[in-house]
Amino acid sequence: MATHAAAGHHADHHDDHDHKPQGFWNRWVFTTNHKDIGTLYLVFAFIMFCIGGAMSGVIRAELMKPGLQLVEPYFFNQMTTVHALVMIFGGVMPAFVGLGNWMIPLQIGAPDMALPRMNNWSFWIMPFAFTVLLLTLFLPGGAPAGGWTLYPPLSLQGGSSVAFAIFAIHMMGISSIMGAINIIATILNMRAPGMDLLKMPLFVWTWLITAFLLIAVMPVLAGAVTMLLTDKFFHTSFFNAAGGGDPVMFQHIFWFFGHPEVYIMILPAFGVVSEIIPTFSRKPLFGYQAMVYATASIAFLSFIVWAHHMFTVGMPLGGELFFMYATMMIAVPTGVKVFNWVSTMWKGSMSFETPMLWAVGFVILFTIGGFSGLMLAIVPADFQYHDTYFVVAHFHYVLVTGALFSIIAAVYYWWPKWTGKMYSEKWGKFHFWWTIVFVNLLFFPQHFLGLAGMPRRIPDYNVAFADWNFVSSIGAFGMLCTPVFMFLILWHSKKHGPAATQQVWEGAHGLEWTVPSPAPHHTFTEPPVIRAQDLAHGDPTH
Amino acid sequence: MATAEGKHIYYVPHGSKWPAVGTIGLFTTMIGAANWLNEVSWGKPAFYVGVAILLFMMWGWFGDVIRESIKGLYNHQVDTSFRMGMMWFIFSEIMFFGAFFGALFYARMYSVPWLGGEGDGALTNFYLHQGYAAAWPTNGPDSIGGSFQTIPAWGVPLLNTLILLTSGVTITIAHHALRAGHRLQLLVFLGLTVALGALFLFFQAEEYIEAYKHLNLTLGSGVYGSTFFMLTGFHGLHVTLGTIMLLVIWFRCLKGHFTKDNHFGFEAVAWYWHFVDVVWLGLFMFVYVL
Repeated sequence: MATHAAAGHHADHHDDHDHKPQGFWNRWVFTTNHKDIGTLYLVFAFIMFCIGGAMSGVIRAELMKPGLQLVEPYFFNQMTTVHALVMIFGGVMPAFVGLGNWMIPLQIGAPDMALPRMNNWSFWIMPFAFTVLLLTLFLPGGAPAGGWTLYPPLSLQGGSSVAFAIFAIHMMGISSIMGAINIIATILNMRAPGMDLLKMPLFVWTWLITAFLLIAVMPVLAGAVTMLLTDKFFHTSFFNAAGGGDPVMFQHIFWFFGHPEVYIMILPAFGVVSEIIPTFSRKPLFGYQAMVYATASIAFLSFIVWAHHMFTVGMPLGGELFFMYATMMIAVPTGVKVFNWVSTMWKGSMSFETPMLWAVGFVILFTIGGFSGLMLAIVPADFQYHDTYFVVAHFHYVLVTGALFSIIAAVYYWWPKWTGKMYSEKWGKFHFWWTIVFVNLLFFPQHFLGLAGMPRRIPDYNVAFADWNFVSSIGAFGMLCTPVFMFLILWHSKKHGPAATQQVWEGAHGLEWTVPSPAPHHTFTEPPVIRAQDLAHGDPTH
Repeated sequence: MATAEGKHIYYVPHGSKWPAVGTIGLFTTMIGAANWLNEVSWGKPAFYVGVAILLFMMWGWFGDVIRESIKGLYNHQVDTSFRMGMMWFIFSEIMFFGAFFGALFYARMYSVPWLGGEGDGALTNFYLHQGYAAAWPTNGPDSIGGSFQTIPAWGVPLLNTLILLTSGVTITIAHHALRAGHRLQLLVFLGLTVALGALFLFFQAEEYIEAYKHLNLTLGSGVYGSTFFMLTGFHGLHVTLGTIMLLVIWFRCLKGHFTKDNHFGFEAVAWYWHFVDVVWLGLFMFVYVL
């Protein structure tokens, strides 16, 4: 149907259908095409994952043995700080925006994103924002070293990097806000007739809610770092007790952004997994509407739990209790989600192709991260865990085996649709099993280290922690191989992979599987007529 | 596709160089600003070059959109995308101001009373800030910036409130005139709105001069000066932008770009103006009166 529409308007629409714009600049720099911009985001995210990964390699190499061996402590602190900023703002977030760019228009039957030129701008700001951030590594005084959370007064004591880091964050914020506005407008305005809100694929739903979170909190981060800037350069006293301000106030404003940010990085992951598990269980998603409402509940709760990052900083008891109970409440909708994924698999006709392996791995390992999160939510327990490797283990379980696993799952799941080529299942599975072994070797011992009292962001430690640090570093070196595997698997698929069918996966349902593989440059130029079998949820006649 | 029968199809623009120009402009601006702050000699000129590139980008990009709109390439659905884009942009702006209002409320309700010894702050006050009693306005236990006086709410700020509220009325009259096709009335009342915006900015500048010259109230006057100038300053910046936008729209009305049913550009600016107006009401209440 999309092909028909394209043919009808061929004469005056010269880059229609498979007529991609010619030349590098027209194709990639001036582009307004959601698929090309999605690809740009994904390639950018991959590069950033490699850079951030290299930094984690420096960290784990230094920590392999007690004592200082490889790097100066100050450089070590730069590595932990920039690793986090790169992975969060350069890796996970752009990867999900890339997936959203590629898949949202395909999944709702839209010709493109709602505001295609702005979409281009959202992407192209990102490489320049990271140029600004990474440049600081080469400045006198080096990169920011006060932790990615930029707590004052420490963060303001950096050298010339402070202003650069703050402006880099402003640029990332501008990019994220424009990207999120685009995604909301696309989802609310561009759905094909019959694609009611409660028939949308869950990936679209989770992105709708994520985009709302982004627009709500990225400006707050911008405000917080602007206050840092004026405190350092323009004599304001927001975070200076001598002038009536409070350094803790920064933490409140920062985490008002920071906690929803956590869900910005995991809600689209929930969406991806909710697409993949039904496909390979050959059953519709269990409790579709409950999934939607659970996602919305998590988003709402994310605004009222921020101070659980600051239990030990000094807060009235009432505040501690409120934030503890509110945080624990998040376990309820999250539990609904995990229950529904498991119930979707229950008595399903399951098969374990590579995307499914990553999705099942996600469910199990993300849940471990969720449980350690519950432990951290308990105020008296948190006084013990705070700022230890237990926290590091916790958020790497939710971000690496959570968010990153779902990104990898999504790439394997939709890759045949993007390129028209299948990849090697054998090597895809190898990639998964290799990762599963080494990621647990890397992060699971950090729970023990944290409970035993090893502090985070420290280049040296007591010899008592030596064994598990050694194990953890071995895991890290294993993990450093995985981007190479993935690159080779996908490169080989692109060059030599067998052709993919239109539906690709036997159990796949949804509009994206009704267009050819690879998806033509322009799809759904005219809104498709939706048939019942094209919808993942519900039917077009109600 | 420019024809009426193509109008049921959503207009997806061809490639555009403006986002790339905007990226270069933003990058130059930010690199320039960071170097300027670090006292590198080329920082300041680079900043201004970057801003100039951004202005050039806006001129070109909005120009493209206006030309496409006049050609009739946009159908109702495209119009809705623009509306949603503007609405969510304004929402993000509200959240940006929210951060600074949050800082103001936090300082007034928590950090200043704690420094004064309330609650768990008793020992801190005794050992570190003895003799400091919590009050508002304050520049903290160390009297950062020296003693200062505040701007009384019922003088210029009240006048500015009335000016902005009036401008909200005039722009609404202009909107009704546009819908009714009364061109002269539209131009007069839109022009009045621009004038009121400019007048507001004039009084705001006078107030700043008064604060700096006679009241010793500066950005460095502790947490009061910080919140006062950052809130009113960012608001003033938005009024400046809004006034420029209104002026652009006035010229576009003069050129006859808008029709009774198709004038999203006008409405977007009107929404923005009302947003600036509402933020001011919050400022007037919480910064000046209370």
